[in-house]
Parts: sequence; C-alpha cells; structure tokens
Amino acid sequence: MSGGGWSRVSGHGGYDTDELARLAQGVCERATPHEEIEVCVSTGRSTTVRAYLGEVESLKSGVSAAIGVRIVAGGRQGFASAGSLDHDVVADTLEAARRNVSFGEPDPHQALAQPDGALPPGLDLSDASVLSIPESDKIATAIDLERRCLAADPRISGVRVAAWSDAWSQAALASSAGICAQSEGGSCSVGVQPLAVSGDETQIGYAGDAARRIDELDIERVISEAAEMATGQLGATKPRSERLTVVLEPSVAAAFLRVVSSVLTADSVLKGRSPFADRVGERIADERLNLADDPTDPRTLGATNHDGEGLAARRNELINAGVLQGFLHNAYTARRSAAVSTGSAVRSTRSMPGVGLHAMKVRPGDIAAEDLLASVCDGVLVRGINGLHSGVNPTSGDFSVGAWGHRIAGGELAEPFREATIASTLQRMLLDICGIGAEAKRLAGGMAMPPLVIADVALSGV
Amino acid sequence: MAQDTAISGSSSPGPLVDLDVVEATLRAALDAGGEWAEFFAEDRESAGAVFDEGRVEEMNSGRDRGVGIRVTTRNVTGYAHTADLSAQGLTDAARTAAAVAAGRGGIVKMTPLAGPGTASARVAVLPASIGAERKVALLRTADDAARSVDSAITQVTVRYSEGRRRILVANTDGVCAADDQVRTLFSVGCVASGDGGLQTGRETVGYTVGWELFDSHDPAELARRAARRAVTKLAARPAPSGEVPVVIARGGGGVLFHEACGHGLEADLVRKGASVFAGRVGEQVAAPGVTLVDDGTMGHEWGALAIDDEGHRTQRNVLISDGVLTDYMWDWLRSRDEGRSPSGNGRRQSYTHLPMVRMTNTFVTNGEIDPDDIIADTPWGVYVAQLGGGQVNTATGDFVFGMTEAYLIEDGVITEPLREGNLIGNGPAVLAEIDAIGNDFAMGSPGTCGKDGQGVPVGDGQPTLRVRALTVGGTAA
Repeated sequence: MSGGGWSRVSGHGGYDTDELARLAQGVCERATPHEEIEVCVSTGRSTTVRAYLGEVESLKSGVSAAIGVRIVAGGRQGFASAGSLDHDVVADTLEAARRNVSFGEPDPHQALAQPDGALPPGLDLSDASVLSIPESDKIATAIDLERRCLAADPRISGVRVAAWSDAWSQAALASSAGICAQSEGGSCSVGVQPLAVSGDETQIGYAGDAARRIDELDIERVISEAAEMATGQLGATKPRSERLTVVLEPSVAAAFLRVVSSVLTADSVLKGRSPFADRVGERIADERLNLADDPTDPRTLGATNHDGEGLAARRNELINAGVLQGFLHNAYTARRSAAVSTGSAVRSTRSMPGVGLHAMKVRPGDIAAEDLLASVCDGVLVRGINGLHSGVNPTSGDFSVGAWGHRIAGGELAEPFREATIASTLQRMLLDICGIGAEAKRLAGGMAMPPLVIADVALSGV
Repeated sequence: MAQDTAISGSSSPGPLVDLDVVEATLRAALDAGGEWAEFFAEDRESAGAVFDEGRVEEMNSGRDRGVGIRVTTRNVTGYAHTADLSAQGLTDAARTAAAVAAGRGGIVKMTPLAGPGTASARVAVLPASIGAERKVALLRTADDAARSVDSAITQVTVRYSEGRRRILVANTDGVCAADDQVRTLFSVGCVASGDGGLQTGRETVGYTVGWELFDSHDPAELARRAARRAVTKLAARPAPSGEVPVVIARGGGGVLFHEACGHGLEADLVRKGASVFAGRVGEQVAAPGVTLVDDGTMGHEWGALAIDDEGHRTQRNVLISDGVLTDYMWDWLRSRDEGRSPSGNGRRQSYTHLPMVRMTNTFVTNGEIDPDDIIADTPWGVYVAQLGGGQVNTATGDFVFGMTEAYLIEDGVITEPLREGNLIGNGPAVLAEIDAIGNDFAMGSPGTCGKDGQGVPVGDGQPTLRVRALTVGGTAA
C-alpha cells in the first residue's frame, strides 16, 4: 500500500453485535465532560445475481462496515462518518465529528436521546437463514425467474433484468447518555423486468418482492404481476383529459400515502414545511382513512425494536377516522415541542437521525375486491405512477404524477391507457377518498395495503 | 493520520494503491479463472453544512475508501468489493470475483501496467483547504439575502457540500488511469407563506470545481432568486390539464432530453431491446435542427470527468446530428462485444457498484431563433422557467419531468405563474414535435441521475425551445 495510509487493523465481517456494541461504547467513553457522544456502527454483507439468456450475467458480492459519530456539546451538533471500522478510521471519525461540532451553532433543545423507560417490542428479527443459502441456489433462482417470466406469455420477448439479492447486517448504537441498542438481520429480494412485444410496440413490466426469508418470497406473484403489467399495457393509448374517480392499486396508494406521511413529522411542522401543521384534532381526511406507523408488526421489513436513536420502537396513530392524531417525533423535535419522542428517529449509520415512518399501516375498508370496480362505475384504475420526485411538492401539497393503467367503464375493466398524468393536491385527495378496499394486498417488504378510491382527480392526456 | 492531511491538502497526492499490489491482485483474479480483470480503487471525502431556521443546523463529513474487483469470462461478470485493503483482503476479493467466471475461460496473460496516467487537476482551490468559518459565513449571507426579499419568506435552508473522489482504474489489458474529481455545490431552498398556503423556491449551483465556485457565483444573488421564485408562486394558479404548446427556458430543459432520449441511447438498454431507439442509427429520430451531444470533457460542468470509471478518457459524443441518430453511448463491456471503441460512458456510483452506461453532460446545441421571438410566436401555451427532475420508461419512451417554475403564455406574452406539476410526453414523438430552437444555449442546474439504484452526477443544457404539444399534468380545464 502506498505510504501505509490504508492500513488494515481488523478484518470486516468478523464482529458480532456484542463486539460492535463494545466498540461503540468504547468510543462514547472518550467523551469529555462537556460532550455527549452517540456512535452507530454496522457491518454488512450482500450478494446480487443477475441472470440473462439463461446464464449468470453478473454476480456481485461485498462486505462493508460503517461508523457514524454524532457529538453534541453546548447545544452544538456535529457529525462524521466513514466506511470502515479500522482503529485509525474510528479515531479519525471521532476527531472529525469534534471539528464539526466547533462550527455548529447552539440550539438549547439540542441533546441526545435520553433513555425513556419504554420497553422495545421484543421482536425476533434476526432470522439467519439467508446466510446459509448456497450461491448456487441464488443463481438458480435468478435464472429460473427469467425462464419462467419468458414462459408466462407468448408476447414476452425478453427479460431486461432478472435479479436476486440478499443482505445481512449487524449494528449497534450507543451513547454517553446511556443508550445501548443492538440489531442484526437479513433480507432477500427478487426483481424482474419483462419486455412484451406486439408489432412495433414494446412494453416493459416490473415486479419484485422482499422478505426476511427465502420461503416468504412470493415468486409466483412476482412473475404473474410483471408479465401481466407488460402485456396488459400493449395497445395502451393516451386518454382524453377529464376529471374523474381513480382507483389507486395498493402499490400506488402506498406511494401516495408515503408522501402524505412525510409531512406528518414534527420536523416538517417545526420548519414550516407541512400543510398539516396546526391541524391536530381536526379532520384532514375522509373518515374511512386510518393511518398508523407500526414497526411492531414483525411481518414487515420495516419492523424494528429500536429507532435510530436507540429508543423503543412503538406503534403511533397518525390519522384515526380521518382525524389527525399527532406528529412523529425524534428526541430533538420532542424536546422542542415539549412532547415526548415517538421513537421515530430514522437514520442510516452514515447519516444523522431524522424523523420518519418505519412501517406504514392502513386499515382496510369495506369494499369487497369483486365490488371495487363496480363501486366506481366509470373512472380509471391506476396501476403505476412515475415522477413522484419531480411533480409532487409535499409542502404546497401539489400532487401531479405520470400514470398508467386501465379505464373502468360500466363497472368493468376496459382498455389500457398510458402517457397521462393524475393531479390534485394532497389536502384534497385525502378528503376526496370515497372508498377503501376490504382486501389488503401484501406488497414487497411485507406491508399490507388496500386499494384506495379517490374522487374528482384531474386526468391529463390528449 | 498524516496521510489524511496529505490527501486533503495537496493537489497531487500519490497513487491510491501501489501498482505492484494492483498487478498482484489482477494476476490473482486471472489465476482463479477469469479472462479479463479490473481493479477499481476509490477514496472519497465529503463535507457539508446545513443552515436552517437561521442557524447552522448541521456540519458533517464522511470518508470512504475501498476497492472493487471485476472479472469477466465471455458474458459472465463477477464482482467483489471490499474496504479491507490489505494484500490478503484484495486477493480474497479477486478470488471471490473470479469464482463465478472460473472454468469458463482459457489461460490468459495480463498486459503489464504502465501508468497511471493522472488527469490534470482542474481545481484552483481545494474546498478542504478553506476554513469552516468562511463556509458558515457564506451560508449566513445567503440566509440573510433570502429573508430580505419579502416578509412572506418564512423558512430558508441553505446547503453547502464539497466532495473529492480520487479513483485508480487498472485492467489486464494494460489500462491504468487515475482521476481526481472535486465537486462543490451550493443550494438555497425557501418557503413562502401566503393566503393560499405554502410555496417553495429553490436554486442550486454545482460544478466540478473547488472553492473558486464562489468567484463566479454570488450566494446572495442565488438566495434572492430562490426567494423570489417562492414568493411569485404564492400567486400561482392551477396549471392546465392536457396537450399544450410548451416553451422551455434555456438551461433547465436539458432534463427533457436526458429523459426523452438520453437513457434510450444507452447501449446496455439498446442491446436488451429495452429502448425505443434500438436499431434506428441513421434514421431521422428528431426534428431537423436538433443536435444532441453527450460530453464528459466539458470544462467544469457537473458531469465532467477526465476518465470514466473504467479508465477510458471521456470524450464529446454526438448522439443526434440535425435530427439523425448517429450513435449510442457505450461502456467497455458493450463496446467490446460490438468490436468498437468505448465512448467514455462507463460509470459507477462507488467502488461497491458495477459500472454501466451512463450519461455525463447531455445537451442540445444552439439553433438560430431569438428566444423572445419564440415566446412572441406562441399564442397560448406554458412557459417552463425551471424544471425539476424526470423519469423515463425507455421501452415505450414515455417520460415525465417536473416544472418547478412555470407561467402561462397568452398572446405571445408570459403572464400568470402556474402551480407545480409534471409534464408527460413520449420521447420519439416529442423530439419530432420540436418546432423552434433558440440561439441562447446554457447549461442547467447540477443533477443526480439514477439508474438501477445507482446515482451519478450529470449535467444537462439546451437553448430556449418549443415543443408543439406536450401533456401538462395540471388540474385546470
């Protein structure tokens, strides 16, 4: 190595969570009397296999390690992170965080999370079965995914991506305030993008799934959904512009409600960026809507025992019968609002804790799946959206996204449409909810979501 | 650590990894069964500051260094990445990467490494050499300037970030190259509050330069622009819904071409039949007068690179010339299969990622029309002054892009501001519908392009131009 700058002190992947916790606590012990230190350390390993034309196209694997150090001193805050747990890097990161603190500016509410006595839900999320999946099985799964997708429909001409991924990570978080939390867990996922061709027209489909265990992956559903999406769009045309009722498929409904949830955090409220500030206790949505954040349900990949500051994760009601119940807090926003943390700090090892949802949960409604289209009579079924990052402004509430799907005519599914947008505002859409499906569908990662019916949305096309 | 000081304070540090270590690792990869192997080392330092609610909210910094080893045999690629940079760690990674290719190839020899050829430094003042006090002062200047624009401004967020990425790429063909990429970014976001609710305005500048960014860009002026944008939008009315003539202001509209055809001209998507532009080289794919270029060598632009992440020099690639499709963009893997030279478009987010075909700075060249004439010649339509991001389905060519500042055009005059929304179009159709190209070319704001989960910095640009009909996703009739 050049100049010995990249010396190796310890190998990666050789830590267990107790050792990670000791490492984190060891750094916290270096706090001076005027400092509070919070340290997050993690290690991980991952594999991704892509198949193409019946062979492995690529097999990627890697190991990683990371540390994030946050220091609060005199109300000032600084953060530094690095992609290694080598001793010299850990020491450098602590020093970098100290330098960064010196340029922060005091905020009397700034402090690390204090232990609050709340008990974590005690979930066992450390299923290690992904660690024992042989590489040959991962390769076989990817190749099989491509083969079965090609065979699903004669119009499927090829598969752009058929991929398997798995990951395992271990993490520990400690602070000089007495916090110490550990976690480890794995996940695996599959994704496929088939191409369907008819004449000059090509359509692409996509579907995927993710779970903690390989036997929880619904590969059959992934294949049928992806193939159906690609072939179902063949012959789609641009619709005429009109205002109508839309049915949002569960994955689209989840994307919409995620945008809403992003401004139900105390962070966005305190910073004047939420259109729902000052609305607690008021009806902001149709009374059929019940929205919560529930990291205590182990069936989802969002489940967790601790939040990003090491406090117990807990279920938080956000909207009950259309009425706004409150906002999500981390330790800082809670202190500033004279509230308590809702255990909603979210972070990666490499970033400071923000505020957000762990695992969104929406209560199903009363429209049976077979009655859903009939309940609308005439409208559109939105099966996919794009441009969520470009045409949606959660602060103003403007919501405009590219949309594709099928028309609903006389209560039946009719011709497909594409090259259109749907638009309204978040505030109006919540109030314009006019139905929620009784059947929640399991989405990738385990979230269960019902379809939503929303009235008076602008469909733009020709 | 002494080496850290050397890296952050000097403009010409030594090689990231000794070449004998690189060679030994490449040999280990070939010994384990590969036909071709590549060594990619990366050392990345970043620092940033966030000024929010009138004070420095966050100062942060990050450090990453690691190596990715790629081994190929025919069409099979093995890849392993590690932050363990000991000789043993690297050999282990080489063997892991080679395992999937083992037994498929013959015996091959590697070409000795000659380099590394190091790219010339393009940075005048390394941001890391500037004290944090001066960075904080800039943030405060911008905050003050934004708040002084109008009492309706209720919130201001100013962000500064700097990044330095040093890479070394070597492969068994004898390619050996290094680059030292420094980027500096400054952005201001404002919230204005009025009777109709909240509105936002944002301005961002970012270049592949150091602290000299602020010689040519005034943070206060940037902040005032962002604030005025937010205040103007307080009076915005709903955008139209349906097909409308759209005039796109110079600079920002490059994202339209990035989405409408840029991604569709990436050779990896073309090869898999996932692009509407597959098999169309030599055909008229855009209106006459439309010339589209991807240029990684472009001065200090956000997407500029001396070499791509496969060690090949970036270059100026003409993709569409006067409306005729001339070429796609290539990475090494795809160009090798086609028996042609790479175009310098093989990029990756970091050492933990496989490279693939990516854009650099993508832009449409100047036309001949005065931009004022384009607006005056539009009886009714939408004028998009600033665009947000976009997204494309390359198989169909359908793409969306957001408008973050837009106005109505009535009788050839720009009138009322419009609320935000997406526009949607179909790439090949929109390219054919461009009926006016201005003579006022400019590059736009820095962007991050996402593809298959990897983000890389890209630039885009264009002169003022008009599309005869684009679907505007508003709510007004």
